[in-house]
Amino acid sequence: MSASTQSRQVNSVAEIFKSLDYGPAPEADNVAKAWLDDHGKSFGHFIDGKWVKPEGRKTYETKNPATGEVLATTIQGVKEDVDMAVKSARRAYESWNKTPPHVRARHLYSVARHIQKHMRLVSVIETMDNGKPIRETRDADIPIVVRHFYHHAGWAQLMDTEMKEWKSLGVIGAIVPWNFPLMLLTWKICPALAMGNTVVLKPATYTRLSALLLAEICAEAGLPPGVFNVVTGSGEMGSCLASHPDVDKVAFTGSTQVGQTLRQLTAGTGKKLSLELGGKSPVVVFETADLDSTVEGLVDAIWFNQGQVCSAGSRLIVQESVHDKLVAKLKERLTHFRLGDSLDKTIDMGALVDESQRKTIEEYVEGARREGAQVYQAEIGIPSRGCYYPPTIITNVHTVSKVVVEEIFGPVLVVLPFRTAKEAITLANNTIYGLASSVWTENVSLALEVGLNIKAGTVWVNCHNIFDAAAGFGGYKQSGYGRDGGKEGLYEYVRPKWEERHRPNVVDFDVNKFGATLPQRPTIDNVDVAEIPDDRIKIPRIDRTYKIYYGGAQKRPDAPYARQVINPDGKVVGHVGEGNRKDIRNAETTLYGATVKINEPVGVIGIACTDSYPLLGFVSLFAPAVVRGNTVVIIPSEKYPLVALDLYQVFDTSDLPGGVVNIITGDRDHLTKYLAEHQDVQSMWYFGSAEGSKFVEYISAENLKRTWVNYGMDREWENPEQGQGEEFLYHSVQVKNIWIPMGDIFAN
Amino acid sequence: MRIDTVGPSNYLPFEMAARNPGVDFDATWLENVYVNLPAVQRRADTLGTRRTVKKQWQAAWLLRAVACIDLTTLSGDDTESNVSRLCFKAKNPVREDLLKAMKMEDAGITVGAVCVYPSRVADAVRALKAANGSHIPVASVATGFPSGQYPLETRLEEIRYAVKQGATEIDIVINRQMALTGNWKGVYDEVRLMKDACGDAHLKTILATGELGSLTNVYKASMTCMMAGADFIKTSTGKEGVNATFMVALVMVRAIREYFHKTDYKVGFKPAGGIRAAKDACTWLSLMKEELGDEWTKPELFRLGASALLVDIERQLFHFVYGRYAAVHEIPMS
Repeated sequence: MSASTQSRQVNSVAEIFKSLDYGPAPEADNVAKAWLDDHGKSFGHFIDGKWVKPEGRKTYETKNPATGEVLATTIQGVKEDVDMAVKSARRAYESWNKTPPHVRARHLYSVARHIQKHMRLVSVIETMDNGKPIRETRDADIPIVVRHFYHHAGWAQLMDTEMKEWKSLGVIGAIVPWNFPLMLLTWKICPALAMGNTVVLKPATYTRLSALLLAEICAEAGLPPGVFNVVTGSGEMGSCLASHPDVDKVAFTGSTQVGQTLRQLTAGTGKKLSLELGGKSPVVVFETADLDSTVEGLVDAIWFNQGQVCSAGSRLIVQESVHDKLVAKLKERLTHFRLGDSLDKTIDMGALVDESQRKTIEEYVEGARREGAQVYQAEIGIPSRGCYYPPTIITNVHTVSKVVVEEIFGPVLVVLPFRTAKEAITLANNTIYGLASSVWTENVSLALEVGLNIKAGTVWVNCHNIFDAAAGFGGYKQSGYGRDGGKEGLYEYVRPKWEERHRPNVVDFDVNKFGATLPQRPTIDNVDVAEIPDDRIKIPRIDRTYKIYYGGAQKRPDAPYARQVINPDGKVVGHVGEGNRKDIRNAETTLYGATVKINEPVGVIGIACTDSYPLLGFVSLFAPAVVRGNTVVIIPSEKYPLVALDLYQVFDTSDLPGGVVNIITGDRDHLTKYLAEHQDVQSMWYFGSAEGSKFVEYISAENLKRTWVNYGMDREWENPEQGQGEEFLYHSVQVKNIWIPMGDIFAN
Repeated sequence: MRIDTVGPSNYLPFEMAARNPGVDFDATWLENVYVNLPAVQRRADTLGTRRTVKKQWQAAWLLRAVACIDLTTLSGDDTESNVSRLCFKAKNPVREDLLKAMKMEDAGITVGAVCVYPSRVADAVRALKAANGSHIPVASVATGFPSGQYPLETRLEEIRYAVKQGATEIDIVINRQMALTGNWKGVYDEVRLMKDACGDAHLKTILATGELGSLTNVYKASMTCMMAGADFIKTSTGKEGVNATFMVALVMVRAIREYFHKTDYKVGFKPAGGIRAAKDACTWLSLMKEELGDEWTKPELFRLGASALLVDIERQLFHFVYGRYAAVHEIPMS
């Protein structure tokens, strides 16, 4: 009694007039509750345009992490459910793929309009299911969702002109995480549908409701049945979807670990794969930055969505001269930071998605504390129920600290000082990840230089975590490959028109034994005697054992073995060096520093060439790679390498910088093994056997290098449609988007 | 110094902030100033979306905003009659029935000050006395307001005149010619002289930010005025093309914070020009609370220069009390 009297007093106008405190400002949840009630708080899959609830499935209760309240019951799908969904998508594909682009555009447009119509419902459901603040779903997530549909309606309309060399893939299996449940699935289905594919989606376990709601909205908007299907289930069911033989592409956003599993699972199957994975993105702040604005930028970078953002700016790399000042400003900022119920419109941060996530974050922070790091958490109110973790700043940590190295996926910022721009770049790149980054300075020249040198798919200048459907988003290094958004994102959902999906039937083999080889012996009995016609004197020909070529020079192989080169008549026409893993190592380290181009090359590309076109195949592959600024370690045709080796003289005389093209002759699969396994080779192109293709894709999971393989099918290299063009460009570049907001003029 | 302002109030123990005596001009404080407009704009755009107040919180906040208003009339056609009306409204800014319903009738809520031209100061002082509101400060614009394009001698004389007439707060305009040509020392020297001319009156310096060309200049002008002893820095005269925006305000309050860190002197902030909506008034208070803290949400350190704002606030309060929106004609005009 007395408590309530007291609280009335505290909340009187007179008291608030004195204190000027904030009060609760809850967003009403009535529309969301009504929608849940409409479904009896129980959901099945959404397949072929209708709700499907098979008998006997296990269930999963989805909760509001801000309150712990159970929102609804969903089901745990099994293989038959996936089969049903894929079958439905395959059936729908036959007509959807043939639907005129303009009509597909109208469908996407219609979905956008319908989402806008249900904006409030969608925002509230997303907030209740995930725990993120209503301000973010209302002002960020859902507007971006809508924008993606409108944007891709445009691409659907333009497919015949803008993507005329390309065609759809078929059925897309999309697997998305819980941090932006609706936004990230939209990033998959919009380009997929625009390019004429159909989709089976598996939402994350914690957050299934908005995906199911979207499926219902799509049906309302008139999207044909089967074009977009949602099946709910465990991670195991996700694997089941990814390995379904009739799924033509897997589009995934989530953890690096699961991304690696998916790469291994789909290796050698001819399925396309795009992965948008983890990050430990740097926020690089120079003394020439607007520090007050940087503080707000850091709020956007690390405390947006409770830090559960793959592109979260979790490493603050700040110039030593302003380190203390910026940290003080940040700490001050946190004293009036507000944590609270996700539906409250007056909060900065809401609830974490699940208790397990909170524990993980806590362990990281306590670990740092034990290591002697300084942990700052402002004394701000934390709701007594629900799953919350305060915004945290960790200083006095170094590059060896776990909290600096690993992705925490929570509201935890680590701070590292730097002395010079060069050191800042090195620190920024000192990570296995490469998803995003931001650079803070008013010096344009510096911003661009640093931005171009950071190995990340997105660089924001003087801002962080800004997204748009027109700008592709995706990673370098172990943050994955493929882009979501922009024209660059469309390529993930198409294949060249001439190409059919290869479905190689590779029997399981031991990947560890792949490429093992015994060196060949050079000829000893093939005495090659040449006759000089004038004198009719037989004199011995000088030995023609070629060297290998790397670092801008001809080198003898590390192990002094040679392999025979035999012409089609079976005659030995020469010998080449037998390269091994040490040659690969040497080639790579010498040339890495030569990669100074700034037009977004992939980096070091390993290329294994076909035997069918020893010269054209070689040139067709190394040339597009090199002109886009990559360096290559190339294995020429195993059988006919001489014509490629003759090119090293051309390289030398044409002033190609040393290390740009490196030619290692030898056993293709043996050398491929070491190139594909090499942690500092960023992409592997393999034109050999189906088995080798599977090996390359499988082993690439380790450092998530990009791959381009032929699944054992050769192409017509002399046919311009197949032997050159956009496909080669696509594989030669990775898109980095640098965001440079501009403006200084505001008045007179 | 304690100024005994609000007579019967238990709720407004407002104490004028310690004056800012200023410091010697230090050009290094104007070096390495970096302001990124798009980033500031982003923060400005989200101030109102990150914070909001509802129900009695909204009512209380609106009343606080009322207490911070510099109720203003600055027109060529101002005469004794409309100035008197303004002063009576300043003393009784919210309808009594509304105050009673909120149990705030004894709070002694008045606006922060009335603001007029120098020639109307005497009228205002007289009217406030008649309204039993002599404790409400009279602020006068001065120094060739709004353009400042007059000789220094007459500009200083205007201050002395207004003070003599009874103004206790002087809103001067800075010399934009000097600011735009980078002569910050010149700006400083002039403001110093104006400070001296004010005597005991509080000095508010109007930056006329809409004429300063860049946010960096806004920051430098803020810092220069504070070094010269400004008790408040104020965005605009209300006569420029761009007036009080949240973006400009952020730059100014961040300068106030920096000056406070450097000197321990607290300088007040006054946005003015184009502030009309009650919702914006709450966002302004929230901006001050977030960027500078609670102390800067009181009239000692925060004023809202406005004329039409009060009507909108009163209508919102009417809605809070009665659940309906009042017609404008139901609110006593100022």
